[in-house]
Amino acid sequence: MAKKKSNQIKWDYASAPESTGHIQLKDRYDLFIGGKWVKPSSGKYFDSINPANKKVIAKVAHANGSDVDKAVKAARKAYDEIWSRISPAERAKYIYRIARLMQERARELAVIESLDAGKVIRESRDVDVPLACNHFFYYAGWADKLEYAFPNRRVEPLGVAGQIIPWNFPLLMAAWKIAPALAAGNTIVLKPAETTSLTALKLAEIIKDSGLPDGVVNIVTGFGDTGAEIVNHKDINKIAFTGSTAVGKIIQKATAGTGKKLTLELGGKSANIIMDDAPLDQAVEGIINGIFFNQGHVCCAGSRLFVQENVADIVIEKLKHRMKSLIIGDPLDKNTDIGAINSKEQLDTINKYIKIGLKEGAEMYQTPCDLPKGGYYCAPTLFTGMSQSSVIVQEEIFGPVLTIQTFRTVDEVIQKANNTPYGLAAGVWTDKGSRIFNLTTKLKAGVIWANTYNKFDPTSPFGGYKESGYGREGGLHGLEAYVKLK
Amino acid sequence: MPARKFVNSDIPDFSQQAHIDKVGVEERVSRFQKRSIKNESKLQGLKMILNMIDLTTLEGKDTPGKVKQMCYKAAHLHDAHPGLPTVAAVCVYPAMVATAKKAVEGSDVKVASVSTAFPSGQAPRKVKLDDTKFAVDNGADEIDMVISRGKFLEGDYNFVFDEIAAIKEACGNARLKVILETGELVTLDNVRRASDIALYAGADFIKTSTGKIQPAATMQVTYTMLEAIRDYKLKTGIQVGMKPAGGISNSKLALHYLVMVKETLGEEWLTNEWFRFGASSLANDVLMQILKTETGVYQSSDYFSID
Repeated sequence: MAKKKSNQIKWDYASAPESTGHIQLKDRYDLFIGGKWVKPSSGKYFDSINPANKKVIAKVAHANGSDVDKAVKAARKAYDEIWSRISPAERAKYIYRIARLMQERARELAVIESLDAGKVIRESRDVDVPLACNHFFYYAGWADKLEYAFPNRRVEPLGVAGQIIPWNFPLLMAAWKIAPALAAGNTIVLKPAETTSLTALKLAEIIKDSGLPDGVVNIVTGFGDTGAEIVNHKDINKIAFTGSTAVGKIIQKATAGTGKKLTLELGGKSANIIMDDAPLDQAVEGIINGIFFNQGHVCCAGSRLFVQENVADIVIEKLKHRMKSLIIGDPLDKNTDIGAINSKEQLDTINKYIKIGLKEGAEMYQTPCDLPKGGYYCAPTLFTGMSQSSVIVQEEIFGPVLTIQTFRTVDEVIQKANNTPYGLAAGVWTDKGSRIFNLTTKLKAGVIWANTYNKFDPTSPFGGYKESGYGREGGLHGLEAYVKLK
Repeated sequence: MPARKFVNSDIPDFSQQAHIDKVGVEERVSRFQKRSIKNESKLQGLKMILNMIDLTTLEGKDTPGKVKQMCYKAAHLHDAHPGLPTVAAVCVYPAMVATAKKAVEGSDVKVASVSTAFPSGQAPRKVKLDDTKFAVDNGADEIDMVISRGKFLEGDYNFVFDEIAAIKEACGNARLKVILETGELVTLDNVRRASDIALYAGADFIKTSTGKIQPAATMQVTYTMLEAIRDYKLKTGIQVGMKPAGGISNSKLALHYLVMVKETLGEEWLTNEWFRFGASSLANDVLMQILKTETGVYQSSDYFSID
């Protein structure tokens, strides 16, 4: 039994692309207003691009002020004449029907989401679309039980809700916004992000097929200017925005004193904390899932890793080892772990921060891999030896870039984790129950996961502290954003 | 085998609690099962699986006749289809080693023998050593020993460690597989601790089960053991093999195991020198899948021998 050098085996997974033959996409999408497809009054359309190959998938209408006004009028009419008058149980029926239709077309929605957003099919198929359906199912259940949701209060809808959603979870964010608003009896003008309008437009088709009364949900596509028209429209009662903190601040100023109810779900720079008694191998999975899920385009991504000093070397070694098995490639391949960055603009932002990190003297590690050609890709990246004062530790990167800091004591990590303008989420990894409770009470973040990360459920409220926004989405708390209580 | 490079202070304190989170392990394992293995990867994987099987018969009613028939199958899986590998080894009781050794002569198939009062391990150390020496003297290339689960659960980790080290010494040139019998250890924390004990005591392979206790091999347990092997390699530079045994009876599951080995340890483990399946009925399912992949049609099980 001498030491024998065995022939090195090479075993790669053959490509396993999800087929696209079953999807139906139009070449050009108009605006969905009053239950009809309406041409944009400017006549302008913009391209929706597949970030994995930069090809144009479809043209999408660019709504201006007069289109938004049309949509708001349709929503107001539907609110006054139908949606505020029909029985809550009737509302529930429509919402359930939308949920079921989405399930029936789950495969098509998942493929379009991957094409349009660059996210891997495994995630759109197993996370985005099922969760989106579940949000509709969950809030459908509340529609006729609102007086139980808010005992001893009289519950009234707000009226017309203007909703602006981001590009990282296009369909899921539409579901988060639309489902509770409908359940509470509001009508809607929704604007998807300009790089990812397609699944919202497919949802419009589903809504039409569901027979939901015309004008209850209106979907207008466009850029920031379209969003601004919604925010500033006089006949809107509520603004719900998910996106960057910078835009959130503008919206807050614009709505101040207008009587519009406002909820903001903004950026984050969430701490993922590994204690020395943690299940380290599972913690490594949690780190991977925390920062590389959806290419790091997650507002609650665990982008600041804190590892206790006495286990830091082994955790980083395991992390690098694990990163080698991540497959970066075609988002539509069922074996791909990391897909394409959503847009050129975002890739430029990420690369800018990577440069800053290197300039700050941080030590960088990237997964050794060949990035696919022809699309917007970024290798999973670690920066070790970081301190609180580094720019890449302080600012949200919104990409697959993790900064790693070490700490010595529990008090130290609580201070450091809270030392940020954000406060969306945090993760705590330890085998000790008492430590979990100690940390969860002291960390200033809206969502805290213990021994897991990036888990979502429609019944669980989600939202931030400080500059990560206010108001909650999901669960009972999510309803509160869409009702007047007397 | 290469000389052990670590010093005594590298040996972990086995009385310290291992930290394995079961929910996290289940989540990770489910990701391996989502890998899509198709076309040429599938065919290559299936052939690797065949070549990693330890074809096993461990029954009270085993006879030289039965063992000879199984050994023939081991070297002639499906002669109707040329180009197939043999299995890695046959696995038998010590009393059958001489018969098996003769039967596989001239082929690449190795002879593995269970020993140490398999499957319970409830015998004095002297008996276990004699059992092992008997198998080795009869020509066993590999020894599959069982650990003393009673002592382990009592907390007498030094006893378990010393016993493995003693058997390893008795093995001489034979490679030692250490069976943890994870179905009796129950928790993943225990599986991890027993894996570490076996690794540091000198195992060449660690193995999940005897096949006599349910549950036998599961992906969760195997994953936990693979992590231990990886950490041992990181720390000492020494490569150790893995053998899940019992409960892996179809190709799809076996392919998921290969995915797990590749992604947890790396491709250098994907040979029968470092990874084995302990199984009796897996081979025929793999053969049927290979023929299906190559010819496009399923064939009747009547075409595959059942030795």
